[in-house]
Amino acid sequence: MIPAQFDYVAPSTVEEALAALAEAGDEGKIIAGGQSLLPVLRMRLNAPEKVIDLGRIDALRGVRDDGDAIVIGAMTSHADVLSNALVRDNAFVITKAVEQLADPQVRHRGTFGGALAHADPAGDLGAPALALDAEFVIAGQGGSRTVAADDFFVDLFTTAIEDGEILTEVRIPKRAGWGAHYEKFVRVAHQWPIVAVAAAVKVDGGTISEARVGLTNMGSTPLRARSVEQALVGRPATDEAVRAAAASAGEGTNPPSDLNGDADYRKHLATVLTRRAVLAAAGG
Amino acid sequence: MTVTEDAPAATKEVGKDRRRKEDQRLITGRTKWTDNIQLTGMLHAAMVRSPFAHARITSIDTSEAKAAPNVVAVLTGADLGEGQGVCINAWPITPDQKAPNHLPMPSDRVAFAGEIVAVVIARSAAEARDAAELVDVDYDELPAALDLREAAEDKVLAHPDLGTNKSALWVFDSGQAGTGGDVEEAITKARSDGIVIEREFRQQRLIPAFMEPRSVVVDPTGEQVTMWSATQIPHILRFALAATTGVPESKIRVIAPDVGGGFGGKLQTTPEEWIIWAVARRLGKPVKYTETRSESLMSGHHGRDQWQKLTMAATKDGTLTGFKVELLADLGAYVAIVGGGVPVLGAFMFNAIYKIPAYHFACQTVLTNKTWTDAYRGAGRPEATFGVERMMDELAAELGMDPLELREKNWIKHEEFPFTTVAGLEYDSGNYEAATDKAKEIFGYDELRAEQQRRRDSNDPVQLGIGISTFTEMCGLAPSRVLGSLDYGAGGWEHASVRMLATGTVEVVTGASPHGQGHETAWSQIVADRLGVPFENVEVLHGDTQISHRGLDTYGSRSLVVGGEALIKAADKVVEKARPIAAHLLEASVDDLEFKDGTFNVKGTDKGMGITEVALATFAAHNLPDGVEPSLDSDATYDPVNFSFPHGTHLCAVEIDTETGGLKMRKYTCVDDIGNIVNPLIVAGQVHGGLVQGIAQALWEEAVHDDAGTLVSASFVDYLVPTAADTISFDVAHTTSPSLTNTLGTKGVGEAGTIASTPAVVNAVVDAIRHFGVTDVRMPCTPERIYKAIHARDGGAPTEGAAAAHFDAQDTADRTDGAS
Repeated sequence: MIPAQFDYVAPSTVEEALAALAEAGDEGKIIAGGQSLLPVLRMRLNAPEKVIDLGRIDALRGVRDDGDAIVIGAMTSHADVLSNALVRDNAFVITKAVEQLADPQVRHRGTFGGALAHADPAGDLGAPALALDAEFVIAGQGGSRTVAADDFFVDLFTTAIEDGEILTEVRIPKRAGWGAHYEKFVRVAHQWPIVAVAAAVKVDGGTISEARVGLTNMGSTPLRARSVEQALVGRPATDEAVRAAAASAGEGTNPPSDLNGDADYRKHLATVLTRRAVLAAAGG
Repeated sequence: MTVTEDAPAATKEVGKDRRRKEDQRLITGRTKWTDNIQLTGMLHAAMVRSPFAHARITSIDTSEAKAAPNVVAVLTGADLGEGQGVCINAWPITPDQKAPNHLPMPSDRVAFAGEIVAVVIARSAAEARDAAELVDVDYDELPAALDLREAAEDKVLAHPDLGTNKSALWVFDSGQAGTGGDVEEAITKARSDGIVIEREFRQQRLIPAFMEPRSVVVDPTGEQVTMWSATQIPHILRFALAATTGVPESKIRVIAPDVGGGFGGKLQTTPEEWIIWAVARRLGKPVKYTETRSESLMSGHHGRDQWQKLTMAATKDGTLTGFKVELLADLGAYVAIVGGGVPVLGAFMFNAIYKIPAYHFACQTVLTNKTWTDAYRGAGRPEATFGVERMMDELAAELGMDPLELREKNWIKHEEFPFTTVAGLEYDSGNYEAATDKAKEIFGYDELRAEQQRRRDSNDPVQLGIGISTFTEMCGLAPSRVLGSLDYGAGGWEHASVRMLATGTVEVVTGASPHGQGHETAWSQIVADRLGVPFENVEVLHGDTQISHRGLDTYGSRSLVVGGEALIKAADKVVEKARPIAAHLLEASVDDLEFKDGTFNVKGTDKGMGITEVALATFAAHNLPDGVEPSLDSDATYDPVNFSFPHGTHLCAVEIDTETGGLKMRKYTCVDDIGNIVNPLIVAGQVHGGLVQGIAQALWEEAVHDDAGTLVSASFVDYLVPTAADTISFDVAHTTSPSLTNTLGTKGVGEAGTIASTPAVVNAVVDAIRHFGVTDVRMPCTPERIYKAIHARDGGAPTEGAAAAHFDAQDTADRTDGAS
C-alpha cells in the first residue's frame, strides 16, 4: 500500500522539530519509530502534509541516571530499554513489559516515547509507566513542562501532549530492589494484549510493604488498580492473600468488547492476571 | 565403458532429503515475482472498491480522478461493457444451479464489500492510488444477506433478480446409489435400540492469506497478448480468457512466474485479471496491478464457511450403522470457479476410514453478500474430516469408550483393502492399525491419559485434553471420467515433456505449475533416477504457456501423483526412443540392451553407452538407424485411474487453563501414510505447514464480518495468522503403504496436515473440559469461548463483531469514497 504524498523533514534538535511542527500546524505529524504511524499512512487512514521525523535528534535517545529517578529519552528504542541496566535495576516492571512487547523487529524500530505518546490502551508501556508514577517531560515553544502519569493519559489515543508539543523524556522514580512482573494475555505471540497487568511490589520479610499495579487494555487509557494496591499493602505474599486483594482488579474498569473477548471476560481476566502478576513479582 | 552393478540405495535420488534447488533464488528474492516485472511504457492500475456489502450504484463521477497528475484513464464497468468478459463457474454442481452473472466490474449493483467499481490507470502506482481516492461513487444501500442460516431462509436476497439465495442442492444417498442402506432406517432403528448423536458444527470462514499478494501484468503488444499472473492455474486461466473474452486461445500467452503461495487462494480466475486484460488491450499498453494486503484479505476468495448438521447412528456396542450429513455452504456473493463444488468434495470424505452401512449427504449452497468462497487448502475434505472426527469423539464419550478403540472398531482393516466405501470410492491401500500403533507409541498415549486422569482427580486448574484424528483424504485430482460424472468443466490429467539436450543436460516441462511446493527439486530427483543423469543436470520448466502448453496446474495434492506419473511416462519414452539408436551405435540387437543407471548395456558384455552419449549422437544425427527421427524428446499426458488416499493418525494434547480459558499445546504427534516419499525434507515442510494451517483454523483464524457486511478481521492485526512463535515442535513420522495406482507408489501430502489437524485440536480442547459438561467449543476455540464453555456452558457463542482499534479513530478518513 502506498501512502498519500507528504513532505518529510528530519531535524537534528528538539528546537528545530518544534519549529517545523509549528510551521506545519494541523497538517504536521511527528514520526518516532513509525510502528504505528506507518501502517496508518499506508492504509491512508491519515494523510498529513508534513511528517517530522525525530529519528536524528540524538539528544532524545538513551537512559540516564538523575539521582532519585532514571530518565528515558523519548526516542530510545524498546530494544535499548530492554537491555538497559539502569532500567532493570530501578524500574524492573518496564523491563518485564518491554520483554514481551511485540517482536524483535518492532522492538528495534519502535521507541519508548513514541509508544507512550500514541497512547493505545492496549499498548504495553502505559500500565507500567502509570504504576511507577512516571513523569512526562513535554517540550513546547515556550519551554518544557512536566506532566504526572495520572494526568498524561487522557483518552483513547489522547494524551496531555498539546498540538505543537513533543514528548522528550520520561522520568521514572527509582524503585531499586522491587520485584516486578508483566502478565500479558494473548492468543498469538505478536498480538496486542487482550489484557495485561503490570505489577511491582516491595516485599519485606514475606510481607508486601508497597505495591503498584497497572492494567493494560481495561479502558480507554491504561489504569491503576489502586484498590488492589491498597489491599496488598501489609499482607503476606501468599496465594490466598493476593487472591483476595486481586479480586477487585476489574472494579471500576470499562474494558472493550471485541473479537478477542467481551468486557465481562476481560474483567475476569484482570483478576486472574493481577493475582499471577503480583505473586510473580513477589517471587512467589 | 564399464557396467555398474546394482547401485546402492544411497545413490538413488528418490528418497533423498535434497535441499530445494529453487530456495536460494526464492529466499533471497533474486527471482521474478509478477510485481517485479517492468516493461517499457508500462502503466499502473489501482482499483476503486465498494465499501458496501450490497448497494445500487447510482452514479460514478470520475472527472476529478481523470484530472489528477499522470492519470491515463479511469474506467468503470459501463465503460468496459461486454468487452470485460465474465468470471466463470467451471463446476455447476446441479443442472438447475442458480448463479448470478459475475461481471469483473459491475456497473449497476455491488454484491459484496470489496467489489470493484472503477479502475484508475496512471503512469505510476502511487499516482493511480492517489487518483483512486478521487473517484466519487454514489451508492444506494440495499439490504444485505449476511448470515448463512438466515440467507438460506431467503429473508433478504443477495441477488434480488434470482428470487432466492439457494444456489444448488447436491445430494448423495447410499440407498439410492446402491452403495449402502437407507440412513433414515438406520437412524430410526438406533433411536429405539442404539445410540444417535446429533450435533451442529460451525466451519468458520477462513482467508487463504498467501504470502505474495495477487498481481497481474498484461502486455497487449505483440501477436500473443501476454498475461503474467500470480496464479496457481496459468493453463486454466488461458482457457478461461479465451472462452470468455473472444480472443483466440492461440493469441494468448499466460505466465505464472515464481508464485509466492496460494493454498487454493490463487486457484481462481479473478475480476482483477479480467479487468487488467481488458484495460491493457483497450489502451494498447502494458498495465500492472498488484493488490494491497487489505484488498487481498477483503476480495480474494475466502474458504470453508459451513454449518454442518450431523446425525450419527450406532449400536450400543459402538458399531456405526448410519451417518447423515446436512450442510449449508456459504458461496459468498458469486459462484466462484469451483466454489459450489468444494463442499461437494466432502460428500466422499464424511465416511472417512469407517465402514458405515448407510450414508446420506446433502449440501445446500447459499449466496450471501460476503466475499466469494472457493478452494482453501483441503477444499471440502477438511470440513468433512472435522465433522466425522468430532462425531467419533462425541460418540465415544456417549458410549464411555476410548475414542481410539471406537475408531478401530469401525475402521477398514488393513487386510480389507482394496475397499469400496459407502460413498462409492475404492480405497487402494492403507493400514490404519499400523499408523495408529506408531502414533500412540510416539505420543505416549497411555501416560498422557493417566496424567489427564490425575489432573481431573486433583481438580487441577490446568486440565489436559487428548484429541484424535484418524483421517484419510482423497487427492490427486482427478480421474477425468469421475470429474465428468460430477459435471466438472475440465479433465484431471497432467502433462510432462522431457527434452534431452545435446550436451547431456535435461529439460523437463511440467504442466503442474508450482507456487512454492518444490516441484523443481522433486521432479529433478525423479528424472535423475529414471534417466540416470545427475540431479544437477535436470532443469524443470513450468508456468509459461509458451513452454508448457498443456497442463491442469497445481491444487488438490495432485502434482506428484498425477504430474509425476506423466513425467515418468515421458522419461520412459525417452529411454525407448534412445534404445534403437543405442543398439545401432553399439552394433547390437535392441533386445540385447538393458538400460540401467543412465547406460544402455549389451547383456553379457562390457559394451555400453550412456544415454547422454546417445543424446549427442541423436543431435548430430550423422549415424542413425533408417527411419528413426533425430530426437529423443518425449511427451506424456497421464489421466489417473483413481484418487490417491493418504491417511494418518494425529494425536494432540493440550493444556487448558481453566481460570482463563488459555490454551497451551503440549504435544502433537502425526503418523501419516503417504506412500513412498520422494523427498523427506519437502514432505516434512508440507506436513509442518499443513499442521499449522489446520491448527490455525482450530484456534486462531476467522474471517468476521460485522452486521453491515464489512470484513472486520481485515488486517493481520485481527486475522490471526500464526507464526513460528505460536507453534510447538511436532513429532512427524510415517508408515508406508505404497499407492497401487502410480509407478512410484506415492500419495498426495500437500493438504494432509491441514485436513487432519483441525479436528485433533478441537477434540483435545473438548476432551480437556468435557467433565464440565462441555460437548463443543466453536472454532476458533478462543480462550473466551473455552472459558465460557467451562463456566457458562456457552462455548458456541459468536465472538463480538468488532475489532479493537489500534489507530486514532479521529484520524480515520472517510473510506466510503473509493479508498480501499
